[in-house]
Amino acid sequence: MLRKIRLTLAIVCFTLVTLLFLDFTGSIHHGFSWLAKIQFMPAILALNVGIIIFLVLLTLLFGRVYCSIICPLGVFQDIIAAFRKRKKRNPYTYSPAISWLRYTILVLFIVACVAGIGSFVALLSPYSSYGRIASNFFAPVYQSINNLLALLSEHVNSYTFYSTDVWLKSLPTFIIALITLIIIVVLAWKNGRTYCNTICPVGTVLGFLSRFSLFKIRIDTKKCISCNLCAKRCKSACIDVKNHTIDYSRCVTCMDCIDNCHQDAIHFGTTSSNTKSQAKASSPDITDQSKRSFLSISALLATSSLLQAQEKKVDGGLAKIEKKQKPERQTPIVPPGAESSRNFAQHCTGCQLCVSVCPNQVLRPSANIWKLMQPEMSYEYGYCRPECTNCSEVCPTGAIRLIDRAQKSSIQIGHAVWIKKNCIVIRDEVECNNCERHCPTHAIEMVPLHPEDKNSHKIPAINTERCIGCGACENLCPARPFSAIYVEGHEVHRYI
Amino acid sequence: MKEKQEKPSSMNRRDFLKIVGISAATSTGILYGCNTKTEEKTNHITTQKEGSMTYRVSPISNDKVSLLGYGCMRWPTLPSPDGNGNVIDQDAVNNLVDYAIAHGVNYFDTSPVYVQGWSEKSTGIALKRHPRNKYFIATKLSNFSNWTKENSIAMYKQSFKDLQTDYIDYYLLHSIGNGGMKTFKARYIDNGMLDYLIEERKAGHIRNLGFSFHGTVDVFDYVLGLDDYVHWDFVQIQLNYVDWLHASGNNVNAEYLYTELAKRNIPAIIMEPLLGGRLSNVPTHIMTRLKQRRPEDSVASWAFRFAGSPELVLTVLSGMTYKEHLIDNVKTYSPLIPLTDEDKAFLEETAQLMLKYPTVPCNDCQYCMPCPYGIDIPSILLHYNKCVNEGNIPKSSQDKNYREARRAFLVSYNRDVERLRQADHCTGCEQCNPHCPQSINIPKELHRIDAFIEQLKQETL
Repeated sequence: MLRKIRLTLAIVCFTLVTLLFLDFTGSIHHGFSWLAKIQFMPAILALNVGIIIFLVLLTLLFGRVYCSIICPLGVFQDIIAAFRKRKKRNPYTYSPAISWLRYTILVLFIVACVAGIGSFVALLSPYSSYGRIASNFFAPVYQSINNLLALLSEHVNSYTFYSTDVWLKSLPTFIIALITLIIIVVLAWKNGRTYCNTICPVGTVLGFLSRFSLFKIRIDTKKCISCNLCAKRCKSACIDVKNHTIDYSRCVTCMDCIDNCHQDAIHFGTTSSNTKSQAKASSPDITDQSKRSFLSISALLATSSLLQAQEKKVDGGLAKIEKKQKPERQTPIVPPGAESSRNFAQHCTGCQLCVSVCPNQVLRPSANIWKLMQPEMSYEYGYCRPECTNCSEVCPTGAIRLIDRAQKSSIQIGHAVWIKKNCIVIRDEVECNNCERHCPTHAIEMVPLHPEDKNSHKIPAINTERCIGCGACENLCPARPFSAIYVEGHEVHRYI
Repeated sequence: MKEKQEKPSSMNRRDFLKIVGISAATSTGILYGCNTKTEEKTNHITTQKEGSMTYRVSPISNDKVSLLGYGCMRWPTLPSPDGNGNVIDQDAVNNLVDYAIAHGVNYFDTSPVYVQGWSEKSTGIALKRHPRNKYFIATKLSNFSNWTKENSIAMYKQSFKDLQTDYIDYYLLHSIGNGGMKTFKARYIDNGMLDYLIEERKAGHIRNLGFSFHGTVDVFDYVLGLDDYVHWDFVQIQLNYVDWLHASGNNVNAEYLYTELAKRNIPAIIMEPLLGGRLSNVPTHIMTRLKQRRPEDSVASWAFRFAGSPELVLTVLSGMTYKEHLIDNVKTYSPLIPLTDEDKAFLEETAQLMLKYPTVPCNDCQYCMPCPYGIDIPSILLHYNKCVNEGNIPKSSQDKNYREARRAFLVSYNRDVERLRQADHCTGCEQCNPHCPQSINIPKELHRIDAFIEQLKQETL
């Protein structure tokens, strides 16, 4: 019964959290973005005291139910282990904890958190790891299916589905996600929750707390016949049948053992009959799992198939559109609501949720080693549209604080810079005012290139005081591959 | 698919739009007799109305021309196998031409610049499979971008090669009036091309010399006034029940153009009888209005009957991409049921109702394309017109169907126009404007549509 409740809750949570990463229409977030906010690391980074207290109390009451229900990476491992169990019903054996590794990683993790090395935090935080996997592997599949449906609905003239772009947002992040996925799948397939009980820093912290939890799995030594069935079923490898002890620092309260016991000797309760918490350290070799099979990844970005320019003017056809290239920005741009690059780097856990929900293809994971996987903005595919505040709505860590549309239109996240040599007014000697026409804050005025000539073409003059750095001008600039106007980020955002 | 019959010199600059199905063309040519038989069989099934094509006889050349003429500007295309643009579907073209000829159509109108420069070749391949005396070929001197005598003559000579013929029945100075008097003189008078073409007519290479007209009235009057010198054999004008009295932009009312031609007894060839489909794809209440009056006839048939009714009209051109359109138009003119005076009044009322719809007068002729900055101009304008006709242009967020209309507009916009080719990328350089025969201020319209889309996206309507 308890197991069934746990399973139901876990499946619901897992599905909804996964949908947060998959749903690009933004409809799931309205009801369920809190599911990302109750994740442990996001709550810590957001200094969300209420949720931290709730999670601590939850663990002190019921043990590590967080790991079995709320954590999507934990449930993901259970799902993989479930496939394994189809082949072999009781595949596990007891093994002692590898405490030195757990605590070493925890210490390194805390140091990284304090020092603000976002990439290391993002690498180990379980929620971020899952976000990486979901956004890099599940989302493209989901979007492709959606695009297929969009194609079908186009044929029947329905507007239910619309197609979305599927593209590789960052190769390094993709590779890291792939390695994470391989490690998680291999470990979960072989030994259930090894990752949670050896590497995951959140698991270590909650494990420390769960030793003192009120409700625990307890073995009734009078009834136990030492058949070992519970240990064989325990994916945390924490039931030592010989001594009738359970390592509560590793037990994720999945209740599997209760159902597996034919003697009714295992219960989830408060009274202890014969229990000692145990946290012995030994070292079976687990660490050599990192046989990294680097896959050679062919670039997924479709090379735009385009037409050749022609000599004779004939009717019809489409001119070649060169792909935009990312300009070199001295200061990376972070989304409105981030307040400053420092605040952003300190709070972001690199979960990719904002990257997944950005409808304008602006956010993508950084390739900078210190901020690896933390998102940054660029405007080759779209720009930060005035009506959208999706990233600030979903961010669970406070890296992007909640803003509304009115605030957004007055937060200066960067400023536009004009590059004379790229401007088509000068290069092609034609009229163009696309940047001015699309500037939402009217920060661009067109001024004559040659003031003395009445019929002079006009070039943009940027009022940097008014510019908010949304990138409309950069994205819509006809100059290719490099725009003639681009946005330079601001380290500290300000209101205008 | 590689073109084999063509000399490399004329290939190099047009290699992005090719013709598929050429290998099959030869075989269908051999089997042609067989083909017509099957076509005739299907004819009895598909067209219920018995009767044969109406023909008009030119008072000048005595040519007996079918009232339905085939415009070769919109041949069916397929996505190119190498993913680069489109290719003409030659098998489909052959099929259409065979059907047309089998049903009495004998006038084929093309130009060196149509279908990205491939229309003449494709039309030539399809027609070569029929006896030369069964049809008339019309093509044009489309020297828009380079009007030196050398280039113009080269273009003229190339037409013979591409069409695989040694005479052209109807040769036109293409799109007179576009660009005003200055451009006309530069293209035909100052470079001596008009005299050259008159000589060619004397030599028998051209059987009928005429011009097609889009533009302002002064150029029309001037060029028509050259009749005493040139002796125009025909003139091609834009005529339909909207343009008869309500021509858009700088264009001249068709009533005036036709009357002027009638004064000189010069036969008229009609283009844009359907306004690029805008007179067949009409708002629902216009459709019901037309259907009520003649329930069995198509919406398009009204436009064709209007264009075909004046006696001096030699032929009415229609760029038929699809077989269904061809079948329907053949039916309308087999034979033509001329409009009564009540019908004419009814269509004038209809025209006035149509004008209330704020559609952009784009006929999808593609003359503006390719835009140097990659904008897909006709697709944007057609999408907008489609939404106007379907009532998906909300006026304010308080409209009853605002939500549905907004979604329909935005979702179908992304479907109809690739994102990088949408109106928000228009630079306003105005290089397209001189090419538009409907004198649409294209950047202005695109910017207006873009501003409307921004309002929809930001929900500030």
